[in-house]
Amino acid sequence: MHGKGGTRTTASSRRAAVCITVLCVALLLVFLLSFVLGRYDVPVMDVVRILLSRVFPLESTWERNMEIVVLNVRLPRIALVCLVGCSLAAAGTSYQSVFQNPMASPDLLGATSGACFGAALAILLNASRRMTVLSAFAFSLAVVMAVYLIGQRARGNPIVSMVLVGVMISSLFSAGTSYIKLVADTTNQLPEITYWLMGSFSGANKADVAFAWLPVAAGLIPLLLVRWRINLLSVGEEDARALGVNTGALRLVVIVCSTLVTAASVAVSGMIGWVGLVIPHLCRKLV
Amino acid sequence: MLEVHKLCFAFRQREVFANVSFRAEPGELLAVLGPNGAGKSTLFRCILGFVGGYEGTVRVNGADTRKISPRKLAALLAYIPQGHRPAFGYTALDMVLMGVTHELPLLASPRARQVERAREAMARVGIEALADRDFTRLSGGEQQLVLIARGLAQRSGILIMDEPTASLDYGNQIRVLQRVRELAEEGYTVLLSTHNPQHALTFSHRVLALSHGRVAALGTAQEALTEELIRTLYGVEAHFLQTPQGTVIVSAGEVRQP
Repeated sequence: MHGKGGTRTTASSRRAAVCITVLCVALLLVFLLSFVLGRYDVPVMDVVRILLSRVFPLESTWERNMEIVVLNVRLPRIALVCLVGCSLAAAGTSYQSVFQNPMASPDLLGATSGACFGAALAILLNASRRMTVLSAFAFSLAVVMAVYLIGQRARGNPIVSMVLVGVMISSLFSAGTSYIKLVADTTNQLPEITYWLMGSFSGANKADVAFAWLPVAAGLIPLLLVRWRINLLSVGEEDARALGVNTGALRLVVIVCSTLVTAASVAVSGMIGWVGLVIPHLCRKLV
Repeated sequence: MLEVHKLCFAFRQREVFANVSFRAEPGELLAVLGPNGAGKSTLFRCILGFVGGYEGTVRVNGADTRKISPRKLAALLAYIPQGHRPAFGYTALDMVLMGVTHELPLLASPRARQVERAREAMARVGIEALADRDFTRLSGGEQQLVLIARGLAQRSGILIMDEPTASLDYGNQIRVLQRVRELAEEGYTVLLSTHNPQHALTFSHRVLALSHGRVAALGTAQEALTEELIRTLYGVEAHFLQTPQGTVIVSAGEVRQP
């Protein structure tokens, strides 16, 4: 959940505080409710007790099976969904400000197509699931780094250059992914690649969460800290510069952090569409 | 105090202006006049540090602006652009609040004290009532006043305004210019570019005229702005009429090439 950021008048910042509180409560409710949904029935109170038992010593009043389902299957999945949703929304908001474009989304600079290529390549080479995640993450970072470096050296408006280079290089890696699909073994590898590209949380496990939380934290915390200055970037490069912002450095920080969280998200869950594009707009309507 | 010394700028082998030197002191409104393409905007961009490839020096209170970080420069110079449409709907108060950023630590967001300062800046241009309105929905004149308030919130001594009355109606033009003149008299150094010599004559203390890449005139409005200068800058004939309310410029005659 990431809005515009910054304090305003007392009335409007009160409204923002109320909004954020309500949304946090809603998140908690949805979080708990998610544990109840699924083929294996687990009552809410048992869920709460199972979760609390990890922290406090509680007498076990539930079945062993329930504990396994809640802790090993549903908790990683739900935690991952929260991390990914949060990351994509934050990255989307930051990109929209930095590129002064309400239609910007986290895959603007090629993070998603890089990750897809990395995952497809790993599956083609019969790598383990862990290697697939790492490969997706690494390629995602590498692609954005290439786009950034090339875009910086191009003449003219750096923002426009970066977006254009991003489009071109994304296209290149999409072509790479298509080629991999062409040469992949149609019995095993191709369905796996296709399934990965569709994006899913159903295979989420603790290892995924253990991997993802660190890049997500490393990216989200700086973004939250510089949120006010990101606002200044969104009104224009020259205006921001005249107001005292080091625009080149801030842009780099935002791109690095957004890419970290996006790469981590796509690496563990595949392609997730439109969250990074639409959620920032919804949030702006609320605060 | 702003001091520009022998400023030269060329873009892709084409000279934009050369040998531009002038000083602007606190308490004065310096109007920069010149035809389209004379280099007024480029001059401002050099002063503000948006472009670096110029020769000569720009000094603010003695310090060379090329050696000052953007953050410190923002404490000295405030840029007030022509009204523009930002991509996102910030409130007017938010826009003005952006002016205080250079004083904040890197990772901080504005607090109540900064909000108070922003409100004071808005009150100085008479727009406190617009604080919660969406900036993109304000009229051109109101937007321009918000941008001026943002410049004031920066608490710098020098205001650089790039054609602030460009898209304003007649009434708003006069109101904005009157307010800017008052700000100059309160002690600000104001550099203002305009296409309207009448405005320069009525509201400014001194005038700097750019033509064909050189300084065509520099002096008080009464001395520097003459019928000859109008002919040089714009290639049209004008008559200066003295009235009890001040000098009025009336255009007349055929168009001649400058």
